[in-house]
Amino acid sequence: MLRQVEGSRAVAEAVALCRPQVICAYPISPQTHIVEALGEIVKSGQLSPCEFINVESEFAATSVAIGASAAGARAYTATASQGLLYMAEAVFNAAGLGLPIVMTVANRAIGAPINIWNDHTDAMSQRDCGWIQLFAETNQEALDLHVQAFRLGEELSLPVMVCMDGFILTHAVERVDLPTQEQVDAFLPAFEPRQVLDPAEPVSIGAMVGPEAFMEVRYLAHARQMRALDLIPVWAGEFKRAFGRETGGLMHTYRMEDADTVVVALGSVLGTIKDTVDAMRDEGARIGVLGITCFRPWPTDVVRAALSRAKRVVVIEKSLAVGLGGIVSQNVRGSFTGRADAVHTVVAGLGGRAITRASLAKLFRDALEERLPALTFLDLDHDLVERALARERELRRPGPVAEGILRDIGTVASRIG
Amino acid sequence: MSYEPIKFYQTGTFTVGNRLLAPEQRGVQADAARNNSLNSGHRACQGCGEALGARYAIDAAMAVTGGKLVAANATGCLEVFSTPYPETSWQLPWIHSLFGNAAAVATGIAAAMKARGRSDVRVVAQGGDGGTTDIGFGCLSGMFERNDDVLYICYDNGAYMNTGVQRSSATPPTARTATTMAVGEAPGNAFGQGKDLPAIAIAHGIPYVATATVAELHDLEAKVRRAMSFRGARYLHVFVPCPLGWGHASDQTIRIARLAKETGTFPVFEATHGEVTGVSRIRRQLPVEEYLRPQKRFAHLFSPQPKLDVIAMLQAIADRNIRRYGLLDGEAA
Amino acid sequence: MFQVRIHGRGGQGVVTAAEMLSVAAFLEGRHAQAFPSFGSERTGAPVVAFCRMDEREIRLREPVMQPDALIIQDPTLLHQVDVFGGLVPDGYILINTSRTFDALGVGEFVRGFHAERLCTVPATELAMKHIGRPVPNAALLGGFAAVSGRLSIRSVLEAIRERFEGRVAEGNAAAAQEAHDYVAREMQEASHA
Repeated sequence: MLRQVEGSRAVAEAVALCRPQVICAYPISPQTHIVEALGEIVKSGQLSPCEFINVESEFAATSVAIGASAAGARAYTATASQGLLYMAEAVFNAAGLGLPIVMTVANRAIGAPINIWNDHTDAMSQRDCGWIQLFAETNQEALDLHVQAFRLGEELSLPVMVCMDGFILTHAVERVDLPTQEQVDAFLPAFEPRQVLDPAEPVSIGAMVGPEAFMEVRYLAHARQMRALDLIPVWAGEFKRAFGRETGGLMHTYRMEDADTVVVALGSVLGTIKDTVDAMRDEGARIGVLGITCFRPWPTDVVRAALSRAKRVVVIEKSLAVGLGGIVSQNVRGSFTGRADAVHTVVAGLGGRAITRASLAKLFRDALEERLPALTFLDLDHDLVERALARERELRRPGPVAEGILRDIGTVASRIG
Repeated sequence: MSYEPIKFYQTGTFTVGNRLLAPEQRGVQADAARNNSLNSGHRACQGCGEALGARYAIDAAMAVTGGKLVAANATGCLEVFSTPYPETSWQLPWIHSLFGNAAAVATGIAAAMKARGRSDVRVVAQGGDGGTTDIGFGCLSGMFERNDDVLYICYDNGAYMNTGVQRSSATPPTARTATTMAVGEAPGNAFGQGKDLPAIAIAHGIPYVATATVAELHDLEAKVRRAMSFRGARYLHVFVPCPLGWGHASDQTIRIARLAKETGTFPVFEATHGEVTGVSRIRRQLPVEEYLRPQKRFAHLFSPQPKLDVIAMLQAIADRNIRRYGLLDGEAA
Repeated sequence: MFQVRIHGRGGQGVVTAAEMLSVAAFLEGRHAQAFPSFGSERTGAPVVAFCRMDEREIRLREPVMQPDALIIQDPTLLHQVDVFGGLVPDGYILINTSRTFDALGVGEFVRGFHAERLCTVPATELAMKHIGRPVPNAALLGGFAAVSGRLSIRSVLEAIRERFEGRVAEGNAAAAQEAHDYVAREMQEASHA
């Protein structure tokens, strides 16, 4: 049914339709509306049987989910940013134990300095933990991916992270098509755990594994995740047959047929990129877009195939490998059979900095005219950073970086006193 | 024939107490049908107090729940020695997740059972003092506050034993550990306020809190049974000597535990819904020295010369416990 | 695509206004996207919210940089925040006030705009009259429907009734209707002037 609702609400209702049995909630911007909506849905009796637990930290949230999932219940939680880091130990634990927990990550920057706005640092910090990572481009895709995530996770017995841009998607009110309970029930059967704590058949879960077997156990975790590369397109196909729309899958391509410049990105920025690309296509540029939906496992084969005819690749990412440059672009470069320097890294939108059509248009034109450096920080205020660097060179005690920059920008508060 | 009533005091498991007791008064371990939840073959040290306590506690819980029990275990000695890859000693469903989250994992298991209509399956969480009073404190308090249906058992041997005997917030003052060495002006652990987990548990107002030692194993079993008769959050703090970490002979474990109780160092009591409701009285009070001397972790208190002032401070702590809980005359202060 | 930017202060229902606009457009079968410029919540702080409407799917995610219409819920912002930044030539402006554009000191700026695209409405007074609270957002949407002609007042009223309940819903709807009629009259006068 078509509804005009906030992204968080849409996700909450989709998750509720998946009949989770244990939901753990700890608030952090910008995911709060999701867990609040689920709390209301459970408390009002709409979703039953379901235990909604207000936990005391994100570490507790994932730990409760671990216990619940191991005991045979479909478990869900949501977090972002600092919360994802705080639960990091449990995040690795859940993947290592092979528990099919589904978690929404409302992508947000990680401090210091504290910042509540969107970027992909949080998800990227956990990219190698063993969770499947899916990135939604729209709120429709966000809600659809959760339905697919439960199915996928339970089939593989792996946890799944569904990433959606904080504020940009979570707090945007837009049109979505919410499935019915019958549709979801038909797509997602009851949870049948592959391992379970059951007094009738006792097992020990979480034993120590020493050097004699650890390599094998980790290889199996890798092999299991690689299976997702086959399953994800299958489930996306089934989803399309059941719900009538194309969401999920490993990636989406847009106007790639004859593109010799390909822009690669994850998440909501793809919408703005497509609008920009349309305008450039109108001017005759042969430019296309590759949207990565499944980031982990990294779909190297389909990426390689998609980029096989590209002369240049522009990776726009809301993440930064401090001391190195791009994160997504590293992954892309590994799948690109052309020259490594044909893959350009553009770090953009960190901490919620808006990514505009105007900036993208200039960026893409620079790419087409071979003016793009290997690493670009989009819309960086070079004056500001030069002044800060100069301060650090000249003063023994330049003070906190953030304060120095804010004084330079001229915020009101910095002019007081 | 006339009969004279005789009181038997338990001095171990292989005592006359079990054979001469009525069947319903015998301990679970005397029952051939016991579960052997922590089966033999695990890798605990000789004389491990924790292995003894866990075996009694979990078998008691299995007996009273008809075997419908799931255990969540924190990282630590118990977890490590009971599951040496590729074996496990556990004969009940058991999960080890992390060091600090046993209480939260147990919360999750209990919630799952409830959601799946299996509230007949009960949940126990276990951890050492490190995993309970330090790194697991937040999750424990959260579980208490929500009154989740979990019995948490802390096996307190006063240090992070599995990693090499480092100090925890449960380490007693003056005790030598690897991070509070017996050197300098105040050798061993510092005198602080302590971190009274049982009192903290009581302050949370949960249905049942109790302390016990491995010197009184029937009492331990009875407290586990009593705990399982409640629903909601319950906490059992068990004093378990560690021969290796404490530096005493491995056949002295139960005796050292008894000395802790009889000197007033470790008060044994029960509390329900925020009030202390019962106390296990000291039979024959002994000076703390009797408890300290057999343990090498306190050796620096006696050599080269006895540090009488420090021992007096430890005695004062014991005396305060005795007053506070009424351990001698039943009159709590 | 038609882009609206709403300026106000925390507590005046700016974000809700943008959402209701998007719901009204949805009810008319269009695509609409509403979102706030995000920040920590604080009553009284300047707040901006956006609403885009289009016949086709809206993919754009940047803030509304070139609004086709502005709704200004609090005229004290006029000289504190760059409310007019990026406004398309001859765009629509609706200000919550009982004064004129000239009296507010923005008469010079709007020279060259069609007079019937520049409207004021005493929305706060209407809100006080109909719901007893100085929250002008719903009333302003009624005025917006009139000045822009992009949404029917019927859709706006239905969006209001979906968002609120009972007396508040009816009060807000009444305020919106009165604001709509007020603005419609104002436009008529302007086009005959």
